[in-house]
Amino acid sequence: MDLTQIREQFPFLRETVNGHPLIYLDNAASSQKPGRVIRRMSRFLESEYANVHRGIHLLSERATAAYEEARTVLATLLNAESPEEIIFTRGTTESVNLLANTWGRTNIGTGDTILLTEMEHHSNLLPWLHLAEVTGARVEFVPVLENGAALDFEAARRLLEKRPKLFAFAHVPNTLGLENPVRELCRLARESGVRTFVDGAQSVGHQPVDVRDIGCDFLACSSHKMCGPSGIGALWGRRELLAAMPPWQYGGEMVDRAYFDKPATFRDPPARFEAGTPPILEAAGWAEAARFLTETGLDAIREHSVSLANLAAAQLREIDGLRIFGPDVRQSGIVAFSIRGVHAHDVAFFANERGLALRAGHHCAQPLMRKLGSPSSSRASFYLYNTQEDVEALVGILRETVAFFR
Amino acid sequence: MDNELYQAVLLQHSKKPRNFGPLENPTHAADGHNALCGDEISVALRIENGAVAEAKFSGSACAICTASASMMTGEVKGLTCSAVETLAGNFRQLAKDGTGPDVPAKLQVLGGVHQFPQRVKCAVLPWETLVSALKSPLG
Repeated sequence: MDLTQIREQFPFLRETVNGHPLIYLDNAASSQKPGRVIRRMSRFLESEYANVHRGIHLLSERATAAYEEARTVLATLLNAESPEEIIFTRGTTESVNLLANTWGRTNIGTGDTILLTEMEHHSNLLPWLHLAEVTGARVEFVPVLENGAALDFEAARRLLEKRPKLFAFAHVPNTLGLENPVRELCRLARESGVRTFVDGAQSVGHQPVDVRDIGCDFLACSSHKMCGPSGIGALWGRRELLAAMPPWQYGGEMVDRAYFDKPATFRDPPARFEAGTPPILEAAGWAEAARFLTETGLDAIREHSVSLANLAAAQLREIDGLRIFGPDVRQSGIVAFSIRGVHAHDVAFFANERGLALRAGHHCAQPLMRKLGSPSSSRASFYLYNTQEDVEALVGILRETVAFFR
Repeated sequence: MDNELYQAVLLQHSKKPRNFGPLENPTHAADGHNALCGDEISVALRIENGAVAEAKFSGSACAICTASASMMTGEVKGLTCSAVETLAGNFRQLAKDGTGPDVPAKLQVLGGVHQFPQRVKCAVLPWETLVSALKSPLG
């Protein structure tokens, strides 16, 4: 991986803040876009844009080709069996809501159990809590170990043996800097006949993710976290499961035959779940992002991000009163921490004055952060365009911040 | 590190907040929360004869929010409930655009937040919680 060559491709790196070069360490919230994604979207709007699947004219043919090509690119990225297993959504959150409202409503009833973990983002927590509320199902949680060092694997085994209907969990949680043992968890679930949903928002595009190797039933991801535009994501599901799911949103594109006086019939997946005009432009951009990341090398990207996170963690630990959540050795590019006597909001504000973008707050995981005893923390998250100099800047600014507030 | 937002007086209030901790025999109380950054603050009041006799706050919040709560609880003691509501409205205006009329000089130092839109909520949260406490009698 040629870091100089990668950085040259990201226009945002030319921005400055108060005369400081912009250092972007908020990648777990969203990632920046390379020039080729921006150019692809611009070219699409200039010469390929129209609605998809309905116009008998040149531009509609071009738009449809680009949209369906994006489905193929995503299927290849995830090693899905076929592009028809990829449903485009607005993002991971909508994917989870889709799953809860279709598969969930038809497969989960009173007295059933939905198994989650304590480390879920609100997007993989609240749709299931709501489903449980309306169906009379129960929700159980696999606990996290001390300081969020890992998922309690033995507890997961015990809870899966009780045969919940679904086990939904994050591949890479957005706060703890760890990667869940996704293959082993899916194997345990399969042995107990439990369906699995994997939240891949933080893993897809950051490391190789192969749905068939993982052995899950469903997986969701978002374009914006992997150098693509916001506004599009996907739900992947095994073909026979998708085929048995009822529609969720109704309207154009998803219908087969509609009548005034009798029930409509609906199309096969993925069209059944893509009512209305989809994010066409965004699909073209996302496909280009996926190509860019694949060409760069997903193994190399992971190694780069994780090694920067480890370098940062080692130096941050030397700051008095700074506590890092999660395992001793980083497994993802995420480092969340709290500093005794300095509130995260003040940390992020000071960092911004020096051009450093950090996340402060509860990271959309309020119950987890409450359990860890830190309702508000700071988070630095690394991606392919970050450097060792970024780590040094982070450590230097945090030292200054601590000195100022103590 | 010098900074026009974190002035010395403000920093002192955040490091050693006044009126911080539980209030004995409160008559009114409310909790406030800033979902954006995780600030959590509780305001407890003892209201006697339509005026604030005691005001204290607790919780976990950033320096701006803590300093604002510290100054606020000192400033409202002795004010009638309606005077507190008026002052809260004026303070909100001060935080938003720097112009709030009739805001005591001591609180003017917080007017600097209007240049930092993402910090306005930090300064205003204690006042919103205070107004909500006025409307929340205990027991």
